[in-house]
Amino acid sequence: MSRGRFAGVWLLAGRSLRQHRLSTALTAACTALSVGLVMAIFSIQAQSRDAFTGGAIGFDAVLGARGSQLQLVLNTVFHLETSPGNIPWRYYKAMQANPAVALAIPYAVGDNFHGYRLVGTEPSIFTDFEYQQGRRLTPAQGRVFDPAARDAVVGATVARKLGMKVGDSFHPYHGLDYDPAAMHDEVFTVCGVLAPTGTPNDRVVWIPIDSFYRMSGHVLRGAGQGRAYTARDGQAIPDSAKEVSAVMLKFRDPQAAMMLSQMINYQGTVATLAWPIPKVMAELFDKIGWANRVLALVGLLVMLVSAAATVAALVNTLDARGRDFAILRSLGAGRSTVAGLMVAESAAIGALGSLAGFAVYAAIMAVAAALLRDSTGVLIDAARWHPVLALAPLGMTLLSAVAGLLPAAQAYRTDVASGLSPRT
Amino acid sequence: MPALELDGVKKSYALPSGGVHLVLDLPRYALADGEQAALEGPSGSGKTTFLNCCAGILRPDEGRVLIGGIDIAALPESGSDALRGRSLGYVFQSFNLLQGLGALENIELAMRLGAGLDRARARALLGRVGLAGKEQHRPSQLSAGQQQRVALARALANRPRVVLADEPTGNLDAAAAAEALTLLREACAEAGAALLVVSHDPRVLARFRRRDRLARLNRAATPAVGRSR
Repeated sequence: MSRGRFAGVWLLAGRSLRQHRLSTALTAACTALSVGLVMAIFSIQAQSRDAFTGGAIGFDAVLGARGSQLQLVLNTVFHLETSPGNIPWRYYKAMQANPAVALAIPYAVGDNFHGYRLVGTEPSIFTDFEYQQGRRLTPAQGRVFDPAARDAVVGATVARKLGMKVGDSFHPYHGLDYDPAAMHDEVFTVCGVLAPTGTPNDRVVWIPIDSFYRMSGHVLRGAGQGRAYTARDGQAIPDSAKEVSAVMLKFRDPQAAMMLSQMINYQGTVATLAWPIPKVMAELFDKIGWANRVLALVGLLVMLVSAAATVAALVNTLDARGRDFAILRSLGAGRSTVAGLMVAESAAIGALGSLAGFAVYAAIMAVAAALLRDSTGVLIDAARWHPVLALAPLGMTLLSAVAGLLPAAQAYRTDVASGLSPRT
Repeated sequence: MPALELDGVKKSYALPSGGVHLVLDLPRYALADGEQAALEGPSGSGKTTFLNCCAGILRPDEGRVLIGGIDIAALPESGSDALRGRSLGYVFQSFNLLQGLGALENIELAMRLGAGLDRARARALLGRVGLAGKEQHRPSQLSAGQQQRVALARALANRPRVVLADEPTGNLDAAAAAEALTLLREACAEAGAALLVVSHDPRVLARFRRRDRLARLNRAATPAVGRSR
């Protein structure tokens, strides 16, 4: 096809789409929804997997009660799921004393404030822990807690969602889910609000582990079945009574981690070492991989449906356009030029819809990001590159062009002589 | 060499009953370069089939249709399309302008599909037919007479050797018809294009020195429905 003819085809395609603007807009909107949906599905899948398996976790391993490694990681790193149980305090001390361990921080969980989890821990979570290299949990307002006081440091999301600020006081609630009837008597005072980190830590209320032990109704058994111990004010809690939900670990070298894993997971019977954390989480994503594939398939089917809608819209115009095709033929346009016009229109609808699909993608990502941030603390970003952002629009445009071959075949067969007859 | 020459052209159509209906049987018809002729064509005389064969839209069963010496009927379809675009102008009774395009764009499109775009010439042609200033007007925004003038400018867009006009005044009132016909004849004469106007309107026919009767030339034509074989 000569350049002049090519330009003529695109001129006509543009004018035809404008002439049938309602049909064009509806079909392009359908295409935009499908392209936006597919881009969002693939992008959210990739980004959430990255965030859960290789994001800003900051720890190498979690030591917790005997049970599922996945449950342990979800409970302590992502503040989801329930705790598999407690382990004695001495495990924490042993890890702290182990020369292969660079950092050991105890976690005690089991309380919440309006659904946001309280984590009883040591000040080292603020002073030594780095969730990313060189990045620590730092108060944007106030200070870190006094380990002997009923202080609380709230994460950025908690502060934003609940409107908490330094100086506010609150009663924690027992359990991981908010139950107004399960309110603890103790009052904690917010001494600091953390700067946002874009990690699940933003959804946590950090309190001193000693204050956690001393809350009403918290009975300590040293993680054994022995005598129950209830802490009293002014009285030090013996280490033998203390128990922790988990010990968060950072190793000096992976070799030591492997040896510890061997010792704890295969030779021991009391504790579980979830290590390495990304591998534990990757197993979760592998297990739910079928769901991701189903979602991707649904997205691709929606693209096919929208391509079919484009064909239907074009086929509906064919009867009315038989005369135009005949006129074009009388002016010297070949059958392939007329057929190419339909392919061009179909591809143009696909391209327009794909462009609009970026707006749909941005909208879906904004909603998904807010949901994911509020429920897990994980951040996803619509601007982050994923190959689907190029493949879906290009694929949709190509698919639309291919789909346009059907109306093109009908246009190809246009009977010029009858099309040119005067209308009666 | 004639601008248009038909030699031994026969065209028939298949009938639903299984037979064939011979519509055109024309021993010879020719039009010299720059010549202007009228062809009287009442219903049933094979007028439309004749014009479609001239334009290469229909292929005759037998015979040759020469445009500037090139047998359009012997060319492959792509070749006949290209020859039609370059060497023929077609003016229809119902104008057949593309409704989605403006007046100027209708002319430019014919150029794109034919000899190539020449924007200055397209504008000049529109001015020649008295429609300067109406470049962007859509056909629906023009009167019937104005639409036929755009169609005329479009027919001349590619400097054709032959302009075929099928009842060009059929949809116009008397004044507009006279004006359009004058313009058609003058513009073709200026462009050096041969003009063949097919009509059954005596007022149109009376304007031409050379007048042919298709019913007499076409051996297949009968006053009613033609002759079957």
